[in-house]
Amino acid sequence: MFSLADISKTIDTWLRLHLNDTWTLVVEMVIAGVSVIGLFAVLGLVLVIMERKVSAWIQIRLGPNRVGPKGMFQSLADTVKLLVKEGLTPDGADKFLFNLAPLIAIVVAMLLMAPIAFAKNFQLWDMNIGVLYITAVSSIMVISVLMAGWASNNKYSLLGAMRSGAQIVSYELSAGLSIIAIVILTGSLSFNEIVQSQADGWWIFKGHIPVIIAFVIFIIAATAETNRAPFDLAEAESELTAGFHTEYSGMKFALFFLAEYVNVFIVCAIGATLFLGGWMPFHIGHWDAFNHVMDFIPSSMWFFGKTFFLIFLIMWFRWTFPRLRIDQLLNLEWKYLLPISMFNILLVTAMAILKWHF
Amino acid sequence: MTNEELKTTITGLLADASFEEGGEFLTVNVEAGAWKIFASHLRYDESLQFDFLTFCTGIDWKTHLTMVYHLDSYTYHHNIVVKVKLDAAKPEVETVSDIWQTANFHEREVYELFGVNFLHHPDLRLLILEDGWEGRNPLRKDFEDPVNMIKL
Amino acid sequence: MYRTTEIISDGTKNPPLEGGEAGDFIINVGPQHPATHGVLHLVITLNGETIKKVEPHLGYIHRSIEKMCESLTYRQFIYVTSRMDYLSSHINNHACAMCVEKGMQIEVPARARVIRILMDELTRIASHELWLGAMAMDLGAFTPFFHTFREREMINEIMEDTCGARLTMNYMVPGGVMQDIHPDFQRKVKDFVKQFQRKIGEMDEIVTGNTIFQNRMKGVGIITREDAISFGCTGPVSRGSGVSSDTRKLFPYEGYENIEFDEVIETGCDSFARYMIRIREMQQSIRIIEQLIDNIPEGDFQAKTKAVLKLPKGDFFQRVETARGQFGVYIVSEGGTTPYRIKFRSPGFSNLSILDHIARGSKIGDLVAMMGTLDLVIPDIDR
Repeated sequence: MFSLADISKTIDTWLRLHLNDTWTLVVEMVIAGVSVIGLFAVLGLVLVIMERKVSAWIQIRLGPNRVGPKGMFQSLADTVKLLVKEGLTPDGADKFLFNLAPLIAIVVAMLLMAPIAFAKNFQLWDMNIGVLYITAVSSIMVISVLMAGWASNNKYSLLGAMRSGAQIVSYELSAGLSIIAIVILTGSLSFNEIVQSQADGWWIFKGHIPVIIAFVIFIIAATAETNRAPFDLAEAESELTAGFHTEYSGMKFALFFLAEYVNVFIVCAIGATLFLGGWMPFHIGHWDAFNHVMDFIPSSMWFFGKTFFLIFLIMWFRWTFPRLRIDQLLNLEWKYLLPISMFNILLVTAMAILKWHF
Repeated sequence: MTNEELKTTITGLLADASFEEGGEFLTVNVEAGAWKIFASHLRYDESLQFDFLTFCTGIDWKTHLTMVYHLDSYTYHHNIVVKVKLDAAKPEVETVSDIWQTANFHEREVYELFGVNFLHHPDLRLLILEDGWEGRNPLRKDFEDPVNMIKL
Repeated sequence: MYRTTEIISDGTKNPPLEGGEAGDFIINVGPQHPATHGVLHLVITLNGETIKKVEPHLGYIHRSIEKMCESLTYRQFIYVTSRMDYLSSHINNHACAMCVEKGMQIEVPARARVIRILMDELTRIASHELWLGAMAMDLGAFTPFFHTFREREMINEIMEDTCGARLTMNYMVPGGVMQDIHPDFQRKVKDFVKQFQRKIGEMDEIVTGNTIFQNRMKGVGIITREDAISFGCTGPVSRGSGVSSDTRKLFPYEGYENIEFDEVIETGCDSFARYMIRIREMQQSIRIIEQLIDNIPEGDFQAKTKAVLKLPKGDFFQRVETARGQFGVYIVSEGGTTPYRIKFRSPGFSNLSILDHIARGSKIGDLVAMMGTLDLVIPDIDR
């Protein structure tokens, strides 16, 4: 069958025929790097146009409809605009940190791509500590925001950065705890094994109510960690004009923008992998005929379908809810989500030991 | 209270108060020096209770200035207009912003547009004009701005 | 006034501002800021996220309309007032027209009076619709804005048909209205009323019922009854604090005394109370419109007036209830064709003065909610 795994295998075999092992590795790394950058660009374009179309749909209007068929090339035109715009660095800014911050944001987003399983047997790096790696690397994200806020030498930016720091640090706890729920059930930190464990049903169906609770908490925490409404306090347009990226323009701003959307994609991909079975088709117990039909849909379709469903969910939040206040935001985490997810861990552990799940 | 009753009460408070006839509201003319005490009577007197300052503003009569205070009472629903005559060269009057807090902003506006100095005002700074404004007060009749003003 | 260039990381270079303490964190909200909806400039002193002081700086859009009016005739000056509170321009024009009529003792025909009230109430709904959308946007929800603008658009079309303008209508003239209503007027207003009643429930669900909205507004920006009166607050701001301040009830004008409607009063004193006032006021306006739309009397739409209007010597004051509160026109006449002095008592100016009082001790996010529910229109404040 024509699948991503087959293509990668073919390329690998072809390279090995012509080159020695070291060069094969080098060429493959280059290919992987280029395709990640390509994926970035495509994701940026697709998600921006998707966001605009989704918001237009929610807000009873048409959205972009001038550039290309149904306005589909609008984000391409916007990218060109951002590329040719002048990237200003304010006089009072710390120039080095100011220019470094967007790079860190984008590099972190890139690193997070590594362990994600896009399709069956198609993964950049199937590391055995994939989940741990994701939680560890995503924490670096906050540094770029703090750096941008501090280096801009702007009071709005500083306030935005401080808010963002408080917010990401707290919400990482419940995001981590809800991920651990799945790790307990699977007994593995590897993304590949987590997906394999869902061959006879996704965790959200197998894991009863505790996993559903974990899923809900994960979605809330993921929205908060990516700084999107209703948790977009770091930007908070009506309060802090644009928060930490007030002073950024041109491509530097675009990098933050891109990093935000790629991060949304990544957290949704993780959510889809952990709770909705990743690339695993929809299987029901021993209904072999049904399961067989489901297998005909390519695994990459399943993965992207689930991911984009979650992305749609997060966009829906953004265009429906008002923003929380900073103290309400922290209350929600420390007074509600964290105790609930801690208790939930106990439930999940009990469930895993007693084998109550399917 | 009707205007007639108000008139008797006010004459009791302020013997030399003079009334203007013919207007829609009861209009009292008060000396600048007597205004502050009269104002607190109007506000706190049990039978008057003018608790709402609708607005206060100045009028430049070239020879003198007049401060106009429009007062309402939410308790008794009666109204009164108080006019205070001020000297054109050195307009000064006691602030009433401690009696009606809204006067704080209104007096600042009058201060910069008419140049009336409100004594004991807590925060008498320019509100509308730009910092360091020099020159005449814009709403005085002798104010001329050859650049920005349109004369018909 | 221009304090934007201070360098925060270097405390030694910048001594604390006048009246401030060392270590105060001062930020400028405005004059260009998404939440001020215009060129309002607030200098806020912060302690972390908590507000210590709010200091409004006005004048960025001050056109000195009062001075301008001194050289305009009694027919001309009405049109300038549309540019003050541009969201209730009809009602501003109405006040000015009535003040001139009061001075000249012009009897307005019954038809004109009813048309004026209808226009006033439509304007009030349009203004509240815009406020609702803008306030939701301040709190971070973009969607209600588009939903409220759908209904507001219908009102604008009605206005366009009859007045020829969508924002600064200039429809009221001394003695009545400028021209008769458009033949489609009644049908379109009825369509609007139907559409509005269908959709107001939807807005209630998406905004009023939302827990985040309620948390952001309840207990925020408390204005006590005494403060509301002392600071000169009017309109929904004071009625949210339990003050019965509706000019249409207290000083009825233009036949409001014969119309059945309730004065909306809430006693919550917080932003949510002010929010509810406006939602319920829209329904009352609909009630007024429903009573009048089929009962527009036949007759003239304008009284016969002299070509040149001359007010007798004296001073005249007329107040009306705009969407934001009590708007007053005070004309001092020397008997000429132009006013000697004119003063507009704008509701926004007094309502703004309470902002510092209620904002102290709350968070930056609350300031946005407070400004939203005070419903500030900057040209109205600056004049």
